[in-house]
Amino acid sequence: MRALPVGDRALLVEVSTDEEAQALHADLLRRRAEGSLSVREIVPAARTVLLDGLDDPSRLAAQLSLARLPPVPPPEKDAVEIAVRYDGPDLADVAELWGVSPEEVARIHAAADFRVAFCGFAPGFGYLTGLPARYGVPRRATPRTTVPAGSVGLAGPYTGVYPRSSPGGWQLIGTTDAVLWDHARVPAALLSPGTPVRFVPVDS
Amino acid sequence: MTDRALVVVRAGALTTVQDLGRPGHAHLGVPRSGALDAPAAALMNRLVGNPAEAALLETTLNGCDLRPRSAVTVAVGGAPCPVSVDGRPAPWGAPVHVPAGALLSVGTAVSGVRAYVAVAGGVTVEPVLGSRSTDLLSGLGPPPLTDGTVLPLGKPYDLPARVDVVPQPSPPAQLVLRVTPGPRDDWFTAAAWHTFTTHTYRVSSASNRIGLRTEGPALERAIGGELPSEGMVLGAVQVPPDGHPVVFLADHPTTGGYPVIAVVHPEDLPTTAQSPPGTPVRFIPSRT
Repeated sequence: MRALPVGDRALLVEVSTDEEAQALHADLLRRRAEGSLSVREIVPAARTVLLDGLDDPSRLAAQLSLARLPPVPPPEKDAVEIAVRYDGPDLADVAELWGVSPEEVARIHAAADFRVAFCGFAPGFGYLTGLPARYGVPRRATPRTTVPAGSVGLAGPYTGVYPRSSPGGWQLIGTTDAVLWDHARVPAALLSPGTPVRFVPVDS
Repeated sequence: MTDRALVVVRAGALTTVQDLGRPGHAHLGVPRSGALDAPAAALMNRLVGNPAEAALLETTLNGCDLRPRSAVTVAVGGAPCPVSVDGRPAPWGAPVHVPAGALLSVGTAVSGVRAYVAVAGGVTVEPVLGSRSTDLLSGLGPPPLTDGTVLPLGKPYDLPARVDVVPQPSPPAQLVLRVTPGPRDDWFTAAAWHTFTTHTYRVSSASNRIGLRTEGPALERAIGGELPSEGMVLGAVQVPPDGHPVVFLADHPTTGGYPVIAVVHPEDLPTTAQSPPGTPVRFIPSRT
């Protein structure tokens, strides 16, 4: 674990794996909740957690360099279930990449326990980990100019659901009617970092 | 008509509602947004007796024309520009009384880019996650104004405006941005850091509320490829594959995969809001 200064008021804490990033994120949230960490933003990402709005980044950096990472705690809440029709336009391509049938892609995907590693790209877009490493897929060579809201896609080790229509290069394996983002709802985001998620197959 | 509302007669090139933004939601992918020239916005709110968090209008280059349905006090500042009420010249950077139904014209900026129009009581469109700011990256908040938009206004606050006229900095002829190296300066060659901190860049016409793009010598990478996505801060100087530094402004994405060579000092960011395309830019290292 190393802490890189980001300007005068932020730190980027870097670790080696996705799992360590999730453990670090959970630990920093715990410290903030118990009052031992004062920070405006805690932004997890693939291998880092950004702490923005710190009074004394160098002091925290020194503390973190001595700290040991606790394991990822078990989820505090039940998994969010997202009903999916496995009917995406890239389902056959993903099946070929995985060396299985399209039906088997749906079975494998729906059997996995996911967790929101981090959010980004658009409000409410979560990068979900949980598939075994051998099921990683590349992004599409040519991104689509429009991906419909509710599309369930794969890219690298991640699964994601498009909260609204946007351009995108993920391999689309299904669709959901779940509302990922509604700013009139509390909370607005269905998925936030650390949230456990399961995909439940439904008939097309 | 006596209702407290503002009719947008001419929206101008890009006029948005802005306040202090919505920091604190970056972990959900929500940009902070908010007025780019925050000190100018704060001064205009003060001049009309508004608290700092009141929403006002941010114009881009060619101002806007507004018609209040009831008498209001306004203040126009930020980029210097002509101000008039029903065709009669009115002061810039000072409280102005606009009668019900009169036309407030905010003209083209004489220098700088963004003018701020504060109205006593503030613009009271529906807040999203605690802010009324238009976020051009993610589409949160009210859409940019169009001709005919009607904006609701709040009741004037009782806060006394302690000053009638406030000094405002002139838009800079040259942008001088103090930068702290990192977090990814090690992804660039030593020659790139030297180039970055000694050459004069220019503000690109592709700049917007998301980022101040620059034109100038490309910065050479010591490490190729993309970073795994990581969190981004306001003022981060991100270097995309074309090698031209981009300074992240209020509507910047919350995560990104291009390396950040340095971070601009927060006090220097408001001047970026007032620097039109072609303005020279210098990045000056400041070790803290």
